[in-house]
Amino acid sequence: MKEAQQQKTEYYIHDALASDIQDSDAMLFYSFFKTQVGQQVTVELKNDLAIQGVVESVDQFLNIKLRDIRVVDPERYPHMLSVKNCFIRGSVVRYVQLSPATVDTALLQDAARREAQPVAAPARA
Amino acid sequence: MSFAPKFFTTAESLVDSLDKRLLVLLRDGRKIIGVLRSYDQFANLVLQDSLERVYVGDAYGDLERGVFIIRGENVVLLGEIDEEAEDALPLRQLPFQDILEMQREESEKKARRDKLRFQLLHKQGFSVDFADNDF
Repeated sequence: MKEAQQQKTEYYIHDALASDIQDSDAMLFYSFFKTQVGQQVTVELKNDLAIQGVVESVDQFLNIKLRDIRVVDPERYPHMLSVKNCFIRGSVVRYVQLSPATVDTALLQDAARREAQPVAAPARA
Repeated sequence: MSFAPKFFTTAESLVDSLDKRLLVLLRDGRKIIGVLRSYDQFANLVLQDSLERVYVGDAYGDLERGVFIIRGENVVLLGEIDEEAEDALPLRQLPFQDILEMQREESEKKARRDKLRFQLLHKQGFSVDFADNDF
């Protein structure tokens, strides 16, 4: 299970790096969130609303689609009572709380280091 | 190295939400419920047969709004409304005028509470920032 997750992660990070090397657009978080699809997360928004749900999909703007949602403080947000799935605009997210078991930190650190390198290289040439 | 713009295929798509009744939460705190007819990459939306729903206490009121075009930067989230849950809402619906009344009372009460809080904090040496826009 852990290996499958690791393979997924490696694939996505490789996918991101295989594209144009001079492209400094960091797709690292997009790739990282793609590995979180199917995992339960809690998204805290800038308006203090916190929504727990399973990640259905994510896109390049880090918009997140959650299914089977549960609002953390339902009394304050009665309008969310009849909502089971939602699309959250990336720009309004403050935090995404995840389970540490689903994250391979060594792989992430590695990918982050690799993303930083190509930006340094052209400066020397 | 190519200079061509990158077109990433997005796993994300609102196409599944088209022609569905959605709840749209806006940055100014408004809740708009309508049928999603169109969208774009900025999450600009076109909603039809929309209404603005105001919640106060255990009640809510609707105001007919017709067709709405919402600029994407104001969108917080889109929620798919589960029709069964809608019918079983523990809240009661009131005419919009009554809801407006209740809302006015609520905001007056809140204003008085905030004023008191600000005064207390001020005595302790805190300065409260009152940005009255988003959320």
